[in-house]
Amino acid sequence: MSQFDQDPNAIRRYAPPPEGHVSGSKLELALRAGHFAVTAEMNPPDSADPQDVFKAAQPLADVADAINATDASGANCHMSSIGICALLTRAGHGTVYQISCRDRNRIAIQGDVLGAAAMGVRNVLCLTGDDVGAGDQPGAKPVFDFDSLTLIRTIRTMRDQGVFLSGRKITSPPNLFIGAAENPCVDPLEWRPDRLAKKVAAGAEFIQTNYIFDMPRFQAFMSRVRDLGLERKVFILAGVGPLASAKAARWMRGNVPGIHIPDQVIARLEKAENPGEEGRRICVELIQQLREVAGVAGVHIMAYRREHLVADIVREAGIAREQRPA
Amino acid sequence: MYRIRRFAVRHSRQFEWIYNRLESALVALAPVLSRIGYNRIERPVALIEKGIKGLLFDCQMCGQCVLSSTGMSCPMNCPKQLRNGPCGGVRPGGFCEVKPGMRCVWVEGWNGAARMRGGDRIREVLPPVDRRLAGSSAWLRASREKAAALHEARERERSTLANAFPTARRIEPSTAPLADEPARAIGRGKTG
Ligand code: SF4
Repeated sequence: MSQFDQDPNAIRRYAPPPEGHVSGSKLELALRAGHFAVTAEMNPPDSADPQDVFKAAQPLADVADAINATDASGANCHMSSIGICALLTRAGHGTVYQISCRDRNRIAIQGDVLGAAAMGVRNVLCLTGDDVGAGDQPGAKPVFDFDSLTLIRTIRTMRDQGVFLSGRKITSPPNLFIGAAENPCVDPLEWRPDRLAKKVAAGAEFIQTNYIFDMPRFQAFMSRVRDLGLERKVFILAGVGPLASAKAARWMRGNVPGIHIPDQVIARLEKAENPGEEGRRICVELIQQLREVAGVAGVHIMAYRREHLVADIVREAGIAREQRPA
Repeated sequence: MYRIRRFAVRHSRQFEWIYNRLESALVALAPVLSRIGYNRIERPVALIEKGIKGLLFDCQMCGQCVLSSTGMSCPMNCPKQLRNGPCGGVRPGGFCEVKPGMRCVWVEGWNGAARMRGGDRIREVLPPVDRRLAGSSAWLRASREKAAALHEARERERSTLANAFPTARRIEPSTAPLADEPARAIGRGKTG
């Protein structure tokens, strides 16, 4: 029997969130319970086969409280975030539906938010989006009708006030846990915490940061975040990932927008006999250090094309679900 | 022009002062302007505004100016046209992700805001751009809105009595005052 033969009456809206929660997603439950949460980014397939989605998610499924489905990140075309989320949520996985402002205007985005929630999505991540020039179709028209903050505020309005931005009523508002990104280690370093404050003011409830390879920079960021009291208002998941080699690290630094990798890290990979293994070890060490930073509520693992390492990394760092205090 | 634009951001505090004077003047003139008709002056004012702000800020005439909240750095010059930037792609040294030769509009903006008296306005989340307003005068819109808000605030100060006798208020204003009388006038202020 194919998935399309189900009785439509059996497809219901997911249960309302428990008391004190906005979505009841696994990620929200873990964070509010005080666990050190793990999210992981999935490599979206260039395919129309649902099995390819499940295959890509499989290495992350056991260790992640939610799997992030990227929205044409780096402006490269892949299966859509909403499509991936629809499949994964149906299969019982927690998902983070990423929305970039680059490709769709406010009409499309608000409609998709409802569609995603109807299909069971409970976490969203609001992103500005990389420039189209960074991707495989640089001739595309960049939209940027919203920016990440107006998007956050819009979804908050849809959820909490039960209306579209136009004021029109939504009969059954989406129960979503609303996230945003932050990039603590790139310029303007002195203003990054203030921009985070703005995201919190806009309505963000969790933050997934870009890659942290530079602990001193991140420490400085977090100390200012704590001065502003933001870590008490928002859950911060620090971004990490295993680097494959010095060459790959250099390429990322030079070609992917917003990535800062200090020279020492690259030098360490260069000297290593087995750079892949060294990259994995660096990642584990970073997680262990991040865990000690006051105000860090979890990690967000972006292991592009190295997803097979994620489960090991999580266990070795001692943050797997089965390693959590009961 | 890029060089002039950067000059304007470096002198954000002065431009803030100048704009505030201009806005106060327009607000004060609101009764006159509305008698002439905002529609009649819209085109010529928009033209002047475009000339001046185009030169100073590379203004794109979005019609809903936010320079006072963005450190005098026009966000329409950000290739992503963010209203609440910067994005996460800023290059080392504060250069733009999309146009590496240009300083990030929003790095400039936060620095500019730090020099302004009302610089904290940059911490406010700004709404998305309303594309219908493109090409129209933001000076007139802002001053008209402010004048209307002032008027409304004054109306709210009207005593209930004044509201209950609106016509009397018009023909015999002293019988239904707009606001509370000063204490001295009604014999309560003598000791002070
Ligand atoms: S780097 Fe600055 S100017 Fe460039 S797109 Fe990002 S926010 Fe806009």
